[in-house]
Amino acid sequence: MVIDMINDDFKTLGNTETSNKVVMSVKNCNVFYGDNQALNDINIEVGRSEVLALIGPSGCGKSTFLRCLNRLNDTIDSCRVSGKIHLEEEDIYSGEIDVVMLRARVGMVFQKPNPFPKSIYDNVAYGPKIHGITTSKEELDELVEVSLEKAGLLDEVKDRLHTPGTALSGGQQQRLCIARAIAIKPDIILMDEPCSALDPIATEKIENLINELKENYAIVMVTHSMSQAARVSQRAAYFHLGNLIEVNDTEKIFNDPEHELTKNYISGRTG
Amino acid sequence: MSNTSITEIVNKNLQTRYKKEARFRRYGQLSIFIAVTFLFIFFTSIILKGYSAFYQAEIFLKIELQQEFIDPDNTNDLEEIRYGDFDGIINESLYSLFPEITKRSDKRELRDLMSSGASIKIQQLVLEDLSLIGKTINIWLPLDDEVDMLIKGNIDVNLPEQSRRISDLQISSIETLQTQGLIKNKFNKTLFVSGDSRESEQAGILGALVGSALMLTITFLIAFPLGVSAAIYLEEFAPKNRFIDFIEVNINNLAAVPSIIYGLLGLAVFINYAGMPRSAPLVGGLVLALMTFPVIIIAARASLQSVPPSIRDAALGVGASKMQSIFDHILPLALPGILTGSIIGMARALGESAPLIMIGMVAFVVDIPTSPLDSSAALPVQVYLWADSPERGFVEKTSAAIMVLLMFLLLMNSLAIWLRNKYEIKW
Repeated sequence: MVIDMINDDFKTLGNTETSNKVVMSVKNCNVFYGDNQALNDINIEVGRSEVLALIGPSGCGKSTFLRCLNRLNDTIDSCRVSGKIHLEEEDIYSGEIDVVMLRARVGMVFQKPNPFPKSIYDNVAYGPKIHGITTSKEELDELVEVSLEKAGLLDEVKDRLHTPGTALSGGQQQRLCIARAIAIKPDIILMDEPCSALDPIATEKIENLINELKENYAIVMVTHSMSQAARVSQRAAYFHLGNLIEVNDTEKIFNDPEHELTKNYISGRTG
Repeated sequence: MSNTSITEIVNKNLQTRYKKEARFRRYGQLSIFIAVTFLFIFFTSIILKGYSAFYQAEIFLKIELQQEFIDPDNTNDLEEIRYGDFDGIINESLYSLFPEITKRSDKRELRDLMSSGASIKIQQLVLEDLSLIGKTINIWLPLDDEVDMLIKGNIDVNLPEQSRRISDLQISSIETLQTQGLIKNKFNKTLFVSGDSRESEQAGILGALVGSALMLTITFLIAFPLGVSAAIYLEEFAPKNRFIDFIEVNINNLAAVPSIIYGLLGLAVFINYAGMPRSAPLVGGLVLALMTFPVIIIAARASLQSVPPSIRDAALGVGASKMQSIFDHILPLALPGILTGSIIGMARALGESAPLIMIGMVAFVVDIPTSPLDSSAALPVQVYLWADSPERGFVEKTSAAIMVLLMFLLLMNSLAIWLRNKYEIKW
């Protein structure tokens, strides 16, 4: 179905360039699962200090696109990516930057909170430990604390850092995952529907957190919630069946979309 | 269709649906009942047949350790003393209890009451402490297995004398000794501290137990690391191509190959080609390792697959290399399952006799093995050997050996459950 709808000479509407400092730029990105084309010729830039929301109906390739940005698609054997994706100056698919290095610079938060079945401390400390970011125990302790603080979790867990992370509530687990992602000081954080498994209160906390985090990171977030995209993002990209239909400032997308498909989706007629 | 008719239709179906459910539940209960019944019959029969093997009739004798029997030339040389006439000493003591028996043939019948293990016991005592020579000691000594069987009620005394392996005179003397309180059933320590013997009262399980333990250690040391590494490679690193598919199919086939074939392989490769000793736990362990290896691969792959992919993503997402994600996160989560599967595979290997027979572990071995290269018996083969022995005493020994084997299995399976519960992660 996906392949039928992909149109080779489709041109993305709106403005794919960011006005901020470019952190990641994607040029002519195509993704194939075996013979099926999942993404068609995607061009987009991601800038510092902004949240880019990826919206669109299920199966449109948002998550696939997100997973291209830290090469997590590599784990799928049949998946093939073409085109150029640059993290700052380096092409991430050409071998200029090692995949482990790439993932250290591009953090990711998943749809379902997935803390390691280890202590809260170990969850956050794992990344810095394997990369050797800290040199002493004190430094690591401090990094863990700062990361938890930034994730807005420290006050809730500081007395029980050595209890299992899996024992936390869903929202706390998700913030733990965010703390884990920022502990390795990435340039960019990818979030794949980070609130879809959470209740409204936990969702609000995460949204506030995203607002704070965007000051220091570039954030790319997949979301199914229009209102969430409107609340937290500065730019929004609408995907439809493997095509990037339209990229614009969030305000523009929601108030005055250029493409008919975007208009339909925003007004609730597709998806 | 109106609402009432739908209600009627559902109501009509409801009865049949519930009936089906009830019937299915009864099938389940019935199968459990049958399984438990057979298990109960099995255990009861083994325990009833075998419990008497854990004690053994012994006689209390006053033994004069006379110099002229033990060391007539007063050499004080251990080698001389070793060949002393300890049987003679015991016989003298026995005769003195029955002064009325004087005929040579009758005396001989009396002598036959004793186990040949009795004189060995005295010999050991004297060799350990030479100062005992010339003294008199009171000691419990083992009786012959026929006497043991008579006392345990396994011999029908109403049969004509020629049809029994124990004579009227012997029976009456035993009765006399029993009324004097000189014969008693004692705990059969021999069963647990000695190796095999042709005399059932001297036969023990220790040789087989040590042999099996040595074998399983070797099996574990070889099959576990190999199996787990193979599983990790196949599950995490191997490319998905025809060749790997072919290997996978063959591993599954390998797990189903009859064990005797592994025995033949071991005979051809380890013994004939590599020149390893026959009947040795080393070879047994290698053969069982070959047999257990595919089982461990299958168990390990299944538990690796059951680790949620979100953990994989999480590890890769923070920048762990593939190796780090496997050894820091996936393997620890899969380990309880791997261990359980491996121990169950090992338990199967422990009960295996066919491949061991092929590599000569069916030999009659008296000594307790001290290294994996010594000749040795193994528990299941010991059961086979004893079940095959004609003496009445070996019937209960067979059941006793089965009980020991089952205890060993029970211990391993409990270990598997304990490990699983201890390391299982609750989500």
